[in-house]
Amino acid sequence: MALQSQSTAPGTADPLNLERTHVHAIYDQIAPHFSQTRYKPWPIVQRYLESRRPGSIGLDIGCGNGKYLTVNPEIYIVGSDRSSKLVDLACTEKAVGKSRLADVAVADGIDPPFVDSRFDFAISIAVVHHFATPERRVEAVKSILRALRPGGTALVYVWALEQKTSRRGWDEGHAQDVMVPWVTEKDGMRTVVERYYHLYKKGEIESDAVLAGGKVVEGGYERDNWWVIIERGDDFR
Amino acid sequence: MKLLTANFVQCTVRACGSTPDCFPLHFDQQSPDIPLELAHEDVDYSPEFIYNILPRIEWTALLTTARELGNTQLPEKKPEIENPHAPENEQLLKDLHTLLLETQIIQGSMRCANCGHIYFIRDSIPNFLLPGHLVQ
Repeated sequence: MALQSQSTAPGTADPLNLERTHVHAIYDQIAPHFSQTRYKPWPIVQRYLESRRPGSIGLDIGCGNGKYLTVNPEIYIVGSDRSSKLVDLACTEKAVGKSRLADVAVADGIDPPFVDSRFDFAISIAVVHHFATPERRVEAVKSILRALRPGGTALVYVWALEQKTSRRGWDEGHAQDVMVPWVTEKDGMRTVVERYYHLYKKGEIESDAVLAGGKVVEGGYERDNWWVIIERGDDFR
Repeated sequence: MKLLTANFVQCTVRACGSTPDCFPLHFDQQSPDIPLELAHEDVDYSPEFIYNILPRIEWTALLTTARELGNTQLPEKKPEIENPHAPENEQLLKDLHTLLLETQIIQGSMRCANCGHIYFIRDSIPNFLLPGHLVQ
């Protein structure tokens, strides 16, 4: 795997170690700062949640600080994240206030605790791109599909390779496995940590969904991200 | 963690996934280090909401969970409700609201009846991450 980075990433030969050191540890480290920058729901995600049928039971896999958990008061969402620091924030912040119809758990995206075939819907926003091999990304999508009841749908967002107008400036032809710096400044001290991402190229999340046994219902591009709404394929197992 | 959530989670050990004993997780054996603690947290009552989620509940699992947490008041069979606003349904819907949404498991542990793995709940948050040797 070719990793484009300003610094040498340790342990890049081992994908699990890469996820441990450059995804899990980083989010625990930057959780409060990260959370302050993530408060506005993205329009397509908001629309998807608002159009769920009242009484629907859903999942937010990789819920971060829980900003999507209370968008729609007519549905119940269980949010999960690998970062216990982010789940703590989701639990205490006003996003999950006293009148909440949501719950949170610390859980892995590939080995989640959710009972098969019981959920009406799921969202997984900016999560699948953190798994460090093609196989693990497909597994992550499969775990989402497994939780869905037949006919249930999931909305999945991943960061796009094609984003030449963004401040990162990546585009077609650039390496897809990258380290992205997160800069924090405190008392004049500048700290840079690096998160691992797999940047998705056009059509790739659709292809992962099909490899996972899913069907693509709808898809598109919004704000430097590819998104798909998927459901189980006819012979999903 | 709310009781409603307990109705939707199972053991995360992959070998348990296909066995009938991995769901529901059990509250019947608690560790003395983290004794079971429940609390009541007010949640806005909506009869429609309870009526709407009732079809999504696995009733037998809910009976087990409720019993292990000390509630033996639930009917043995899932009630069939046609009108959430009918006066005769009010008490039942309110009881379910209290049980499913307002009963908060602050801390304690849940046990898989198949493999025996224990999942802990602390500060109302269950942790389903497996120790390294159990990750497949």
